[in-house]
Order: sequence, then structure tokens, then C-alpha cells
Amino acid sequence: MHLSPDQILYWQMGFLKLNATIVFTWLIILVLVLGSMLITRKLSSGIQRSRWQNVLEVVVITINKQIEEVGLSQPHKYLGFLGSLFLFIALCALGTVVPGFEPPTGSLSTTAALALCVLVAVPLFGIQEQGLWRYLASYTKPTIIMLPFNIISEVSRTLALAVRLFGNMMSGAMIIAILLTITPFLFPVVMTLLGLLTGIVQAYIFFVLATVYIAAATSTQKTAAVTPSETL
Amino acid sequence: MLIDWFTVIAQLINFLVLVWLLKRFLYRPILDAIDAREKHIADELADADEKRVEAEQQRALFQQKNVEFDNYAATNMAQATAEAKIEKIRLLGLVRHEADALRNKLELALKQEQLSLQGSLSERAQKEVFLIVRKTLNDLAETSLESSMAIVFAQRLADLKEEEKDTLKNAFKEVNQPLIVHTAFELPKEQSELVKKALHAIVGDSVEIQFAIEPTLISGIEINTNGQKIGWSIAEYLTTLTQHVNEVLESRNEAQNLDYSSEKDQNKETVS
Repeated sequence: MHLSPDQILYWQMGFLKLNATIVFTWLIILVLVLGSMLITRKLSSGIQRSRWQNVLEVVVITINKQIEEVGLSQPHKYLGFLGSLFLFIALCALGTVVPGFEPPTGSLSTTAALALCVLVAVPLFGIQEQGLWRYLASYTKPTIIMLPFNIISEVSRTLALAVRLFGNMMSGAMIIAILLTITPFLFPVVMTLLGLLTGIVQAYIFFVLATVYIAAATSTQKTAAVTPSETL
Repeated sequence: MLIDWFTVIAQLINFLVLVWLLKRFLYRPILDAIDAREKHIADELADADEKRVEAEQQRALFQQKNVEFDNYAATNMAQATAEAKIEKIRLLGLVRHEADALRNKLELALKQEQLSLQGSLSERAQKEVFLIVRKTLNDLAETSLESSMAIVFAQRLADLKEEEKDTLKNAFKEVNQPLIVHTAFELPKEQSELVKKALHAIVGDSVEIQFAIEPTLISGIEINTNGQKIGWSIAEYLTTLTQHVNEVLESRNEAQNLDYSSEKDQNKETVS
């Protein structure tokens, strides 16, 4: 019983090691990139198009629309980062139906890495949009007293992101593993289905939260949208 | 420790690589394709709009032309109808005129035929009448009548005016030939002597007088010489009568022709 796929080691040489997290991440990257390459190799800009292209278009447009709905007026700029977050996490969750698959998001290292990405991306996008000083000044709003709290909030929400995703994914995998030992037949299947749902929901939550943070950082006024999403 | 920092860094790099790869192979091509399709659709819509506007213009133009053509056709038709009407009236007039002319001609021909028939009939009747009269008188004529005639002839000679007597005399003198007295029958001696005497009294005794029988006279006596003629005979009367009757008939025919011509002129005036 492993709490994290990090503990499954395939290869190690001193500091360097190849654990299940990295290997399955590569697998997912390979699937995503190869699938995209295969489908986008023969793209049609006309009215007639292939079903796979249609699926990809639906996915991309839906993500785009979601980003726009959250409040980013130029979703194309953020699509690469936020879309990749969602697709990666969602595919990890979907992968759990495959026996032997260890979701990389079940490792706190992965979720921490993703949360770190968000932590870095938010000020980057904010500075790109507003300029360095205006972005930094936004930490002192409404008063200078709020500066430490804002910074703490910035760090804590990143931590929350990482732990929330890890907790959900890990718990799903754990529950299935435990149930498999107790009731080996029907019940794990039901739990797997539930885990799929939870995983997709978690992917959506991670994606939406990251979007909201970026939206909050890029907009000139801090919105209250941050507050309710914190409760998730 | 749940967090393995090497894995964290590896996953960070992995994720960044994934972001780059997906941007390169997924988002950009898909978004480009969508944009191209949208542009294509927008272009086609714009093109369709342009074509629709053009079609509307063409339709308006076509409708206008149609209306113009209809008007033109209607005007032409009305004009043609009016012209046809006028032509019809003209042709009808012409035909009526020709028909009238033909009828008049026919009527004239009929009338002339009638007239000529009448003329030939009256001529024939006249001839017949005179033939009968001539025959009757011929039958009636006899020597005693001739004798009476000779007496009347002698009497007439004697009753001639002086100028007439002179003319007669001169005529006979110039001829210097025997006078021939034509009679229808042979005169008895007394009467021939009476006639001779009367003639001698006018032309002189030197002129020889001969008698000749001329049955065509029917009844009567006639003296012919050098274009001069003295006579009294029924044939003469008949000839005179025939001439008179002919004259009367001719004058009547002429009067009828004149009437007919004036009638025809009146008809012509009515037609025009």
C-alpha cells in the first residue's frame, strides 16, 4: 500500500530517480500530445470536418468559454496554461479506470508542482496585464495593513489547491484499493465511477480556481469572486 | 514526507513541457482552424449578402424592364388595333365602292340590254307594221286608184308655186333627157295624157315624156331626173312615216339614256 505513486520507484541513480508519478505523467503527456498531433495533422477549416476534430474543437471551445465566463476578456492568452491544467488533471482522473494506472495527481508532489505553477503564473499574468507596480500595489489594497494577509492568502490558497487535489485523488485511489481488499467485485466499480466524477469535478475546480486567481490578478479591481471559491 | 522535491521539480518541468506542447499541437491549430472557418463563413455570408443585393438590383431592374415591356406591348397593341380598325374601315369602303361600281355597271349593262332589246323590238314591230300596211295597200291598189292618183298628181303639178315650177323646169332643161314618169300600174291613156299635159305645162312641150312601171311604188306617180323628184305615192308616205317613227323612237331612247346617266351619277354621290 502506497500513499503516493512517488513511492513506486522504477529506477534510481543517486539524486535522480524515476518513480510512477513521473512515468505516468510522461504517459499522459504522450497520449495528449500524440492524440493532438494525430487529429490536428489533417485539420479542416471548411464546414466538413472529422469527428475527432469536432471533439477537440468542442473541448477547446468549452474551455475557452469557461475562461471567458469567469471574467478573462481575452481567453486565448490563458488558454494554453489553464487548458493544459484542466486536460492534465482530467486525464489523470479518467486514467483511474485503467487497472494499474497510478494517477500522477494522487501524488502531493505533482499537485504541489501544479499549485506552484499557479502561484507563479498568477503574478506573471498580473504583471503582464497591469504592470509591475500596479500589480504589487494591489497587495496593499484596501490598506497597507492588508499586505501580509494578502501575501499569506496567496501562499495559503496555493497550498489549499495542492492539498485539495491531492486529497481527493489520493483518497479516491485509496478507497478503491481498500475496497478491493474487502469487497472485491461490484462495490469497487461503483466507487471507481464515483472517483471518475470526483476527479473530473476536481479538475474543473482546480481549473476554475486558477482562472479566478488569474482573473483577479489581471483585473484592475480586486473582485469578490475570490472569496466564494475559497470555500471549495 | 509526502512531498518529494525532485518529483516536484520534475513535474513542474513536465507540466511546462506539456503546456508548450499542447499550445503547439492542440490549441493553436484548433483555434486557427476555427478562426479560418469563421472567417470563411463570414466571407461567404458577406459574399451571399453582396450577391443578394446584386440579385435584388437585378430583380428590380428586370421588373422595371418587364413593366416597360408590358407598357410598350400594350401601347403597340392599342396602336395596331386602331390602325387595323382604320384599315378595315378603309377596305370596307373600298370594297363597297367597288361593289357599287360593279352593281352600277351591271345595272347599266342590263338597262342597255333592255334598251337594245326594246329598240330591236320596236324596230321589228315597226318593220312588221309597215310590211302589213304596205301589203294591204298593195292589195288595195288597182288601176282606178292609179287613175285617181294621176288626176291628183296632175292637179298637184298645176297647183305648184311659180318658184317650184321654175326650179323643176330648170332641172329638166339641164338634163335634156326624156322625163320618165314611174307608176305602179300602167295608166289608162286618159290619165297619162292628163299627166303629160300637166308636165308639158311646166317644162314645155319640147320635153319628151315616157312612162315606166315601178311596182315598188305600191300606188302613185313619181318623176325622177337629175336629183329632182316629184311624186306622190303611198311608198313615199310610208317612207316618210317610217322616218318619223324612227325619229320619235331615237329621241325617246336618248331621253332614257340621259335619265339613266343622271340616276347613276346620283348613286355615285350617295356612295362617296
